Amino acid sequence: MIAIIKYGAGNTKSVMNALKRLNADFVLTDLESEIMQADKVIFPGVGHANHTMSVLKEKGLDTIIRKVKNPLLGICVGMQVLFEYSEEGETACLGIIEGKVRKFDSDQVIVPQIGWNTTQYKENSLFKGLDENPWFYSVHSYYAEIGDSTIATSSYGEVYTSAVQHSNFYGTQFHPEKSSSNGKILINNFLEL
Amino acid sequence: MIAKRIVPCLDIKDGRTVKGTNFLDLRDAGDPIELAKRYADQGADELVFLDITATLEKRKTLVTLVEKIGRELDIPFTVGGGIRTLDLVDELLQNGADKVSINSAAIKNPNLITEISEKYGCQCLVVAVDGNKIGDEWKVFTRGGTHNTGIEMFGWVEQVVGLGAGEILFTSMNKDGTKSGFEIEALNKMSQQIQVPIIASGGAGNIEHFVQLFQNTGVTAGLAASIFHFREVDIPELKQELQLNKISIRI
Repeated sequence: MIAIIKYGAGNTKSVMNALKRLNADFVLTDLESEIMQADKVIFPGVGHANHTMSVLKEKGLDTIIRKVKNPLLGICVGMQVLFEYSEEGETACLGIIEGKVRKFDSDQVIVPQIGWNTTQYKENSLFKGLDENPWFYSVHSYYAEIGDSTIATSSYGEVYTSAVQHSNFYGTQFHPEKSSSNGKILINNFLEL
Repeated sequence: MIAKRIVPCLDIKDGRTVKGTNFLDLRDAGDPIELAKRYADQGADELVFLDITATLEKRKTLVTLVEKIGRELDIPFTVGGGIRTLDLVDELLQNGADKVSINSAAIKNPNLITEISEKYGCQCLVVAVDGNKIGDEWKVFTRGGTHNTGIEMFGWVEQVVGLGAGEILFTSMNKDGTKSGFEIEALNKMSQQIQVPIIASGGAGNIEHFVQLFQNTGVTAGLAASIFHFREVDIPELKQELQLNKISIRI
């Protein structure tokens, strides 16, 4: 069973739709028991880091997420808040992964980045079966710096982290649930971890 | 590298596509989902659904349609057309729309821009601007391009970005339907003026028009309707030609 963390993230429905298209069984939940028991956990995210963190704290989900032992996939803001800190609203985040989230420089590039970008990945099960430099769809104004946990990068003014892995915690800056066949392959890879 | 986006637009009335299509092998040319899936398979980067239903049933049919589109489509899509309230925006986003587009409502109530942007983030809000060049000045038009609001367009665009618009969908009324090419000059000016993505609309008639658009302006997306519906421009061919012209495109 897959648990999708329920906290009102904007792309929850899209993630549910993507899992339905893969005929995967899932539950949308904010209950500790269901999240801890799930084989896989998906942590969606669209919106503001500060708002995201306050909702998580309000529901006690911040503590629960840190305790997850099975593979967890954070998407977009769901990935960003796995880091220590975000410049968006000067937010202290979950601190599961070392590093900071910064804002794109609007003097250099159009912000937000909206659209399909190529992804350069290291060998990782998450990218199994994908072509070299696959396209994924992203929408964001903030990005995670490159660090030890970076498993894929993309370039937009600067090179940033487009996917991470730290032990059982995975994350993508892009939206696999909106990235057509490449996204489908990636989600399937995650489910097979 | 980020790709320029090709965006087919579907006009919807009472849950069905209008204006027809030339896809003879579609089971039902009026079914927006079948057409949308076709475009997604051909490599469309995202889709815009413009609802022109003006009845009391609008809300219900639109929300139902958005829910269905979200189930079937695995690329991003925007919904626009007569969206005036935060309630409807809530429903559309919660039912799977990635972005909403507002036009007249933004002019009547600019505060709505800020409300949507603060609640969901600017990335889910497209402000559509229908511009018409009168003499030397660009004016904002509403009601399908029939009503001159008297508002100067470039000032308005600057204002809506300040209020929280994450993207601008600019339609040139002068060019719309002419198939004579995009409004390069105004689009170039706008893309230098603002730092959010711009979707260009109005005037696309052939592949070369998209090449000119991306070579001569900083816009990040080109939108068209009938040339795709009637197969005057084939999306895979268009994308190959853009790539040959060294324009970053997803193939």
